[in-house]
Amino acid sequence: MKLRLILALVVAVTAIRSGSATEQSIVLASTTSVEASGLLANILPQFTAKTGIAVNVVAEGTGKAMDTARRGDADLLLVHDPDAEQQFISEGHGATRRQIAWNDFVIVGPSADPAHVRGGNDGVVALKTIASAQAPFVARGDNSGTSAAELRLWKIAGQTPDTLNKEKWYRDIGGGMGQALNAASAMDAYTLSDRGTWLSFNNKGSLVIVVEGDPRLINRYDVIELNPQRHAGAKLGIAKVFADWLVSSEGQQAIGAFQIAGHRLFNPSAESPK
Amino acid sequence: MHDFLEIVGLSIGVSLTATALAAAIGMPTGAALAMFSFRGRRLAVVLINAFFGLPPVVVGLVLYLAFSRSGPLGFLELLFTPAAMVIAQTVLAMPIIAALVHRAAERAWARYGDELICDGASRLQAIPQILHIIRADLITATLAGFGRTVSEVGAVILVGGNIRGLTRTMTTTIALQTSQGELPLALALGAVLVGISISISATVFAFAGSASTAGGDEVR
Repeated sequence: MKLRLILALVVAVTAIRSGSATEQSIVLASTTSVEASGLLANILPQFTAKTGIAVNVVAEGTGKAMDTARRGDADLLLVHDPDAEQQFISEGHGATRRQIAWNDFVIVGPSADPAHVRGGNDGVVALKTIASAQAPFVARGDNSGTSAAELRLWKIAGQTPDTLNKEKWYRDIGGGMGQALNAASAMDAYTLSDRGTWLSFNNKGSLVIVVEGDPRLINRYDVIELNPQRHAGAKLGIAKVFADWLVSSEGQQAIGAFQIAGHRLFNPSAESPK
Repeated sequence: MHDFLEIVGLSIGVSLTATALAAAIGMPTGAALAMFSFRGRRLAVVLINAFFGLPPVVVGLVLYLAFSRSGPLGFLELLFTPAAMVIAQTVLAMPIIAALVHRAAERAWARYGDELICDGASRLQAIPQILHIIRADLITATLAGFGRTVSEVGAVILVGGNIRGLTRTMTTTIALQTSQGELPLALALGAVLVGISISISATVFAFAGSASTAGGDEVR
């Protein structure tokens, strides 16, 4: 009786397992913003309907996504940290990199604006002002693309992670964009967000955009195909089909058509990379 | 709505499968630990009781590295599949079931052990009989194991990857919705999860509760 039960379970598990294996599928390791904003959920059905290829998205932040790919657990990467991407490629893990879209980072903060930075368009001046006002600032601290962008900006403002982490007003939460926005909203703090996650985020509280439009705040999304010599086990063939679709006119159109409340979240840029 | 049913179905399917596997391994293990004496038995008992509190995120991390394509079990291609989630939750639930069964079996064995052996049963043959005597405790142990599996998020989000339509469970959906600032939705899903736990527990007791209380009382 017990043996029959175990056998039935083994069969059930195998069935679940093969259900996912028989259809064509790839694992896409991605930054959280393309998932949390709803972009991928919006455009993937179009691609899957056309090609029959299922794209299994593991959204985990740029740094961790790259680690997943380094270990060989992803077939394709969709990330947004140019410096880390360059390193990934020069290590021999990545083969080709193509930009699919761009948007920008914005500094958001409480509408009461204790540091008086609202309305500016210079990210560095804003960070310096926030620092001298010692106004609370929530940092991702999770090795993500947005975290890297934030630290680059702080560096221009004359601060390093070492000096920042000594400050009480600098609050490293070690979490995703949504967690950072939840935290900033709860503690009336400033934070840096990608525009896509910000627009789709639904717990803004008193948070508003305080600084935008600095050319240093541009945010580029790249699709990276893996190097077949390092990642022979990955499904690189069908991964390329998806990468090609993202930069094709059809894919670009799908990306550009994705809107929330009348705002376009990602600007297609495969034709003319920013 | 289709998404929602799929998520609820996967959550329950994965957790029930893991609980059944954990019970199939944990019940005989718990009984055997009470009935056989061997070197290292005390250590084994201490360990299964300690693993009651095994952090799901640690189990998830260890299995993640093991199932990675560059890990020792990478050839199984289990990472980011429901099967990996079943395995992780089985590891989490097994010690709970084994420890609770061990506790009950110890009492039953002290009371009925000699009788069973006199009747000519070997210790191995006596395991099912001991389990039968403590059947009421088996239900509690199994429900405790199920509670552990259906509620945890740390292990399944690591080995499953929270992939929409494939490995997204109720708990990982709650985590995702919270990160999207969809707090009311996250809370509503949390309420559904609690409701499901209550109904499963109630169903089990309705079917098995009255029939087996007698056995449980005899032991005490």
